Amino acid sequence: MAYVAIADRDAPIHDPHTFFLKYIWSQDHKVIAIQYAVVAIFVGLVALVLSGLMRLQLGFPDTFHFIDPNHYYQFITMHGMIMVIYLLTALFLGGFGNYLIPLMCGARDMVFPYMNMLSFWVYLLAVLVLLSSFFVPGGPTGAGWTLYPPQAVLPGTPGQGLGIILMLVSLAMFIVAFTMGGLNYVTTTLQARCRGMTLMRMPLSVWGIFMATILGLLAFPALLVSAVMMTLDGTLGTSFFMPAVMSMGEQLDHQGGSPLLFQHLFWFFGHPEVYIVALPAFGIVSDLLSTHARKNIFGYRMMVWAILAIGALSFVVWAHHMYVSGMNPYFGFFFATTTLIIAVPTAIKVYNWVLTLWKGDIHLTVPMLFAIGFIFTFIHGGLTGLFLGNVTVDLPLSDTYFVVGHFHMVMGVSPILVVFGAIYHWYPKITGRMWNLKLGKLHFWLTFLGTYAIYLPMHYLGILGVPRRYYALGDTAFIPDSVHSINAAITIAALMVAAAQVVFLYNMIVSLRKGEKAPPNPWGATTLEWQTPDTPPKHGNWGPKLPVVHRWAYDYSVPGAKQDFIPQNEPVDPHMTTGRDHGVHR
Amino acid sequence: MLAGAIVWILVVRRLTARSWESGSETGDVGAIRAAPARLGLWVFLAIVTSLFGLFLSAYSMRSHHGDWSHVTLPDVLWVNTALLVLGSISMQLARHAVGRGLPQRLKLGLGAGGLFTIAFLAGQLVAWGQLRDSGHFIQGDPATAFFYLLTAVHGMHLLGGLWVWGRTMARLLRGTELVDLRLSVELCTVYWHYLLLVWIVLFGALTYL
Repeated sequence: MAYVAIADRDAPIHDPHTFFLKYIWSQDHKVIAIQYAVVAIFVGLVALVLSGLMRLQLGFPDTFHFIDPNHYYQFITMHGMIMVIYLLTALFLGGFGNYLIPLMCGARDMVFPYMNMLSFWVYLLAVLVLLSSFFVPGGPTGAGWTLYPPQAVLPGTPGQGLGIILMLVSLAMFIVAFTMGGLNYVTTTLQARCRGMTLMRMPLSVWGIFMATILGLLAFPALLVSAVMMTLDGTLGTSFFMPAVMSMGEQLDHQGGSPLLFQHLFWFFGHPEVYIVALPAFGIVSDLLSTHARKNIFGYRMMVWAILAIGALSFVVWAHHMYVSGMNPYFGFFFATTTLIIAVPTAIKVYNWVLTLWKGDIHLTVPMLFAIGFIFTFIHGGLTGLFLGNVTVDLPLSDTYFVVGHFHMVMGVSPILVVFGAIYHWYPKITGRMWNLKLGKLHFWLTFLGTYAIYLPMHYLGILGVPRRYYALGDTAFIPDSVHSINAAITIAALMVAAAQVVFLYNMIVSLRKGEKAPPNPWGATTLEWQTPDTPPKHGNWGPKLPVVHRWAYDYSVPGAKQDFIPQNEPVDPHMTTGRDHGVHR
Repeated sequence: MLAGAIVWILVVRRLTARSWESGSETGDVGAIRAAPARLGLWVFLAIVTSLFGLFLSAYSMRSHHGDWSHVTLPDVLWVNTALLVLGSISMQLARHAVGRGLPQRLKLGLGAGGLFTIAFLAGQLVAWGQLRDSGHFIQGDPATAFFYLLTAVHGMHLLGGLWVWGRTMARLLRGTELVDLRLSVELCTVYWHYLLLVWIVLFGALTYL
């Protein structure tokens, strides 16, 4: 059978000996995962600094003279693009996907290790091209992260020359990198699972990452199409998106392009992108909650189906980002309906998370704190989504801070909390060390409360009608003075949250050397990655023999069992009834 | 449709397993039993389908605007289409030959498949030149720009295929065992048929939409 051929052969897949081959030009999925994660976190810190600069301008206008309007728009654009694509997508799929899929499925590596390695290097190149745009004449593009034409390529927009081209080229490279990685994640999940690991025994983390990868593979081409066509508009003078337009008092050569076409293509990618980030977070948080509440996940099968349903529906909701584009009301009605329907499987997941906690033996470890924090921020962000999903409510709110508050809560803060929870959860396995517990808790509380201090007031600002995307509000009649005070307060909170991340970085870096030695399975988790013979796992993951799976991933607190968890690779004891039957008789 | 229904039934059967009841059926891994490269290629074809589908929907959305003007496509495209069909047939012969272990026929089929494809690409360049000489170039109307874009993207996919073809051909000429070439030839053939299909759809859309 296939898995024997690719996974259980005696010789390792390849056996690197030099430092260079082992840690840099490496084909080991674990090394590639760490490379992905380190680069993503680094570029994320750049984006964090950019947001801090924007907040300084908004909180204290006329104080920081080096932030002019052009810079402000460049900061917005780069902040958004980096956070969504180069940090979250790369970290969840390239980082956690690479690390967890082979380990959780019981494989020795990805099925195409060489392509996996190339994926990282092309990603790195994409990041370098993106960052290089800070140093070219005119600076990076300031077109907004949606890069809407025609303004993205017209004079007057910062970074109109090289900046926008570098951005588009970098995106195209990222998509190539992602495709190479994504082919690996999908094929590995489908093919390289160890004996006994049926699809319905896979941990939800793998399900989330797997489905997100499929979404990515089908949605990123839309971004590629729009990037290619806009690059041609900007360089060769084609008119795919550029209508006949007067710019700076001159009639341009373009004619006959359709800016609306770009919006459709962009959001056909853009909405699945939300779920490319959210589904891995959903999956990982399910595993964190179950492990640290010592209880099986509530409604496993329903959770899998919800992931599939969300994935499918995410392709038919894109135009809810375009309600203000002047669309046909019936069209808007259709997309409002699909948008509200997608709330159903999402709500099922939220109920199941909460029900998993119900009567669980909740251990408030640092990963658990972040996982529970995620439930809060996700519910808040999700509820405001119900407002914005309706056309009539969206129209007045669309250009205000309400939207900023909504999407930062639902796809900024929520996935980031899961990222932190996941890093704290798997750090002992990845590095073989424990981190400092007190600093971890400090980091959580500062981040969790701080983000509320940032984003809750933004909803209020939005309802007041304070417009987003503005460099400075000036003396506008309908904006009361209190708005300026709130803006200053938000800025102070934002700077504190940013400072709290220094605690995280310090903890992670210092613990590498000074942390206690981690036991192989510090949380008492059932999934395969905690059952490896070595911690951190060596090349090839499993020593001479692949694991065999006998049960699902959630056998926690099974009545009659020796411990409060049973690893997936532990054989079934014929004398013991399964947990479920026992529970029924109690 | 039928294939879709079968896949759906299989998926549902797998996804309704009661995974919390730890059974003893460890013999079934549930993995799809095909070479990873084959599954990888099919996943890749799904991505490429998405890519061309999106290009085509962009084209079709644009063509429904009132100011759309058709380009008259150069006649040489019909010759090119015939060349690509021949390329596909040659690849199919190569696949047949590798299955039966006939090295001479394999060399002939594989070689002809690649050469016909190179001829197709050259023909596409001729079509580009003819269109430009007739006064239509990418800066002009959107229909022409789309023609250049779609043919270029299709051609680039063929070039990628030719790269794999070149490596397979080199291995064949170096005298690699036919058994070891089988998968490569088979996957090349699938890819060639697929790109022929894409070309026919593109050609039809460019002519009639």
